[in-house]
Amino acid sequence: MFDIVSFIPRAVMQGIPLLYGATGETLTEKSGNLNLGIPGIMYVGAISGVIGAFLYERGGNVQPFPAVAIPLLCCLFGSLLMGLLYCFLTVTLRANQNVTGLAMTTFGVGFGNFFGGSLIKLTGSDVPSIALSATSAYFSKSLPFADSLGAFGKIFLSYGFLAYLAVVIAFVAAWVLKKTRVGLHLRAVGENPATADAAGLNITRYKYAATCAGSMIAGLGGLYYVMDYASGVWSNNAFGDRGWLAIALVIFTIWRPNIAVPASFLFGGLYILYLFIPAGMSLSVKELYKMSPYVVTIIVLIIVSVRNKKENQPPESLGVAYFREER
Amino acid sequence: MHNALFHISKRRELPWYSAWGIRGAAIVLALVVCAIVTALATGLNPLAVYGTMFQGAFGTTRRVWILLQNLAILLCISLAVTPAFKMRFWNIGAEGQVLIGGLATAACMILLGGKLPNGLLILIMLLAAVAAGAVWAMIPAIFKARWNTNETLFTLMMNYVATQLVAFFVIVWESPKGSGKIGIINQNTEAGWLPQLAGQKYLLNIVVVAVLTVAMYVYLNYTKHGYEISVVGESERTARYVGVKVGRVIIRTLCLSGAVCGIAGLLLVGGTDHTVTTSIADGRGFTAVMVSWLAKFNPIGMVFASFLIVFLGRGASEISTIYGLNHSFGDILTGIILFFIIGSEFFITYRLSFRKKEV
Amino acid sequence: MGNKVAAVQMRDITKSFGTVKANDKVWLDIYRGEILALLGENGSGKTTLMNMLSGIYFPDGGQIFVDGKEVTIGSPRDAFDLGIGMIHQHFKLVEVLTAAENIVLGLREKGRLNMAAVERKVREICETYGFDVDPGQKVYDMSVSQKQTVEIVKVLYRGADILILDEPTAVLTPQETDKLFAVLRNMRDSGKAVVIITHKMHEVEELSDRVAVLRQGRFVGDMATKDTNAQEMTNMMVGHAVSLNISRPEPEDPRPRIEVKGLTVRSIDGIVKLDDVSFTARSGEILGVAGISGCGQKELLEAIAGLQPTERGSISYINDDGSREELLGKDPLSILEMGVSLSFVPEDRLGMGLVGNMDMTGNMMLRSYRRGKGPFLDRRFPLHRAEWVRQELDVNTPGLTTPVRRLSGGNVQKVLVGREIASAPTVLLTAYAVRGLDIGASYTIYDMINLQKAKGVAVIYVGEDLDVLLELSDRILVLCGGKVSGIVDGRSATKREVGMMMTKLGGGRSA
Repeated sequence: MFDIVSFIPRAVMQGIPLLYGATGETLTEKSGNLNLGIPGIMYVGAISGVIGAFLYERGGNVQPFPAVAIPLLCCLFGSLLMGLLYCFLTVTLRANQNVTGLAMTTFGVGFGNFFGGSLIKLTGSDVPSIALSATSAYFSKSLPFADSLGAFGKIFLSYGFLAYLAVVIAFVAAWVLKKTRVGLHLRAVGENPATADAAGLNITRYKYAATCAGSMIAGLGGLYYVMDYASGVWSNNAFGDRGWLAIALVIFTIWRPNIAVPASFLFGGLYILYLFIPAGMSLSVKELYKMSPYVVTIIVLIIVSVRNKKENQPPESLGVAYFREER
Repeated sequence: MHNALFHISKRRELPWYSAWGIRGAAIVLALVVCAIVTALATGLNPLAVYGTMFQGAFGTTRRVWILLQNLAILLCISLAVTPAFKMRFWNIGAEGQVLIGGLATAACMILLGGKLPNGLLILIMLLAAVAAGAVWAMIPAIFKARWNTNETLFTLMMNYVATQLVAFFVIVWESPKGSGKIGIINQNTEAGWLPQLAGQKYLLNIVVVAVLTVAMYVYLNYTKHGYEISVVGESERTARYVGVKVGRVIIRTLCLSGAVCGIAGLLLVGGTDHTVTTSIADGRGFTAVMVSWLAKFNPIGMVFASFLIVFLGRGASEISTIYGLNHSFGDILTGIILFFIIGSEFFITYRLSFRKKEV
Repeated sequence: MGNKVAAVQMRDITKSFGTVKANDKVWLDIYRGEILALLGENGSGKTTLMNMLSGIYFPDGGQIFVDGKEVTIGSPRDAFDLGIGMIHQHFKLVEVLTAAENIVLGLREKGRLNMAAVERKVREICETYGFDVDPGQKVYDMSVSQKQTVEIVKVLYRGADILILDEPTAVLTPQETDKLFAVLRNMRDSGKAVVIITHKMHEVEELSDRVAVLRQGRFVGDMATKDTNAQEMTNMMVGHAVSLNISRPEPEDPRPRIEVKGLTVRSIDGIVKLDDVSFTARSGEILGVAGISGCGQKELLEAIAGLQPTERGSISYINDDGSREELLGKDPLSILEMGVSLSFVPEDRLGMGLVGNMDMTGNMMLRSYRRGKGPFLDRRFPLHRAEWVRQELDVNTPGLTTPVRRLSGGNVQKVLVGREIASAPTVLLTAYAVRGLDIGASYTIYDMINLQKAKGVAVIYVGEDLDVLLELSDRILVLCGGKVSGIVDGRSATKREVGMMMTKLGGGRSA
């Protein structure tokens, strides 16, 4: 029997890191930067948070506020540095975005696993993971009444605060992009930087701001994964391919963070669907199920390009460095 | 009103030795930074660390062979993506194309192993790997040619479709049942194993890739196809103007790109691993993008770029083993060096001129 | 005028692109309450100069004063802050945004973005000046003249009081031009400074109060428009009195070579670019094509060259023996394979005709790389051809291995034309072959074209300079809004007559 009440919360929890990643990457791409370093940034965000929490927990006497604030700030700071690095290389030095992004992913994943591994060694634990259960308890604290309201509570109230924050950030990002002056300017920068430049916008500043904000949002996705989804357990490579899935989600939602909210839950659902398929079905088919988010994304990509509706295209200058005096 | 302290303009052109001088300086600078990072992270003497890295890469004959093998595979994939990049088609789907090539190879070995003479089997494996890689790369190419579908995103997604496809077949063909992996294929019969040259396990791969390198160099620089690729990459409008069928060139080039990736898959599965897993490409599809770009799409330059990356990887893994560090340390060092080289390109392309403040 | 303080003073402004000096110690004054025409030939540095005022480029040297104070204009924002607004020839609009969104782009107004209020204000401006813009319309849905209107409204919305327009009439119909001029006069009368970049003499005379002339990046002089005349201005522009004296040999044994019948072309946006165009081009003859820019010249040449999808009609190539081949619907490769030797010098030299990053040999290869059997390139042949072109046309280049993008405009054009005629064509299509070239280089090109004519090539020459068209062409096809306005004899037609036909179908003679 397909258990929808337990399926939905799991799909949502699976979707939240993707939602963070996708919202961050959408903001970044709207400024014309195709940041393929997002998977690396999510690793860095996660491990920065873990390091912060680890050091704080070691000190003993864990208080609620610092237990949340320290990892959060560490995570934001770590991801911000990655965003700055990407911007410095691609915007200031006008390096190739694809190459820079891939190098950042190599670096970021290595960074995460290296420090993860080092912390594991420090704890001297037998299993190759670190458990930050005290910190995680604060992060995954669900809303009141989550248990007492049955299915409703389970589906809507059972998540940690970062999950709700992800949804809020996504809607705010969508609103900013669509309704505000900053959003209008950002879209212009990503579509046609020469025009935005002629209109007096500081292209460099917008690209830096959007990309760094995007990196920090994406970094939170990594933090959520460790602290809430994985109950505070860091193990190397556990985050897996979710960063790439987040980039897929950006395409799937045709660059709209508000659509990313339901879409991330859909992706999360597709990602774990194999756990819910009736027993007796072969194990191998489960692997095919895991393919579905990517296949669906490809189909969306194709449909969008075939229909060729201007609003649904990637930002026009995506992936191209801007140099005013190009001639 | 701000007064710009300096002004950026495009350089006319640097002589090749200055350009390489800048790149060399960037690498040296990067090594210094890496040394500092290493010293900070581990408290070790950086010089000793580099000595260890050298040991790790070249210390024994076996290590040299492994280095060369890794070099060959990375180079092979870099060669594969290059024609596409030269055409400004951002194929970052090499990972998937290698996987599919490897999967096709494994399929032939498993399904046909022992039923055909070995020579014929290997020929079929070659054809299957090449065809599989080519088809995998051709799918995004067709959509790019027909509807201008964004190829960066498309090829990226194809990687994971390929990964899951391999994961599926790994379960289908798992052996022993329940282990979740395909063990060594045809361990007893060695059917479909590529022959060893001069008793060396890796020599065949190295020779094949050496030949491919020269062939790719000639293809890109001395053939009509190579010329068409350059023209399409420089300007599609010019290409149309002289009657080049741009769509056809895109599809043809990606076929080639995928086919060479397929060969890489064949060499990995048929030549060295004799099994297939979702991680046979091991991120090299992405690293190859960087190698190709670092070498400015020049196959000969790619030999050195791949060497640098493989050396770092092997060296760092030795450090990790000896000093009890995590194996990911190599990725951090690779990342740092890449950042420096990527950044250095700016100083090759652009010129900073400082303007004097007017009194 | 002496007692007025100049709104803008530019002093010793210098700007180079690579080896090309686009502006060399230029002095220019702009006054409020005055329309200044900045006159000069293509490539004389007018646009570059104004781009430095609007913050697109940064000068290599010199000073700019606004209202007597020295300023540094490092970005377009700086220019806005000084009240300088420029309407570029290539529109600076974001296609996926609406008109109103484009108009407020970059503005630093207080408070929240209220699109409804913006749209209201845009409508007000449109009503005041009689523009027709829907503020909510997406730019990609707009026609060229609508886009320009948005650009103008954008500058008005900002309340700029120093307004620069870069060849604004190039894309407008005569009625739209009149409307624009009326608006500009209103603005002048309300005390704004207006600069209009142009190379059309009648616009200078009709609109401007003062005219400043640039030649080859240098400031030649300025004067009140009423104190000068077309002849004097032309002299200042070109440096000496125009006595073109282009040779025009009689065509020898002209025979029909290309016959175009009922050709109709529609752009991707669905706009009719060519409407039922019919004519014949003959061997040994130069057929000039005249028309206001954007009247279908580009589409006509590209349709013949097999680069432009067509809707209706036929294009026949007629062999010497009278047999016909249909070119319509063929791509350049199939035309080549049919054995039709057709050469095309397109308008966009480095974007279409040549590959800027390749050297001369590589560019010669564009036409010849298919030579020979087998997969390998023949490099000797294009090398010889490059040497031939270099010598024959006196191309000034550091060497055959220098990328052509680093050559000057005239030399780039020589490489392109040289390659196209080197393949011994039977049909030669040229678009604006002398645009941006100096007088000497232009004459070299005319001679080359005449030489082709003498060899029996059918030449179709699209030009913008009527004097040249009238002295070079045997016959002139005049296009007006995509239709054939008439075909006149190059020897007997007058400039006036052709000019009239360009603006009105049939020159206004037929009812």
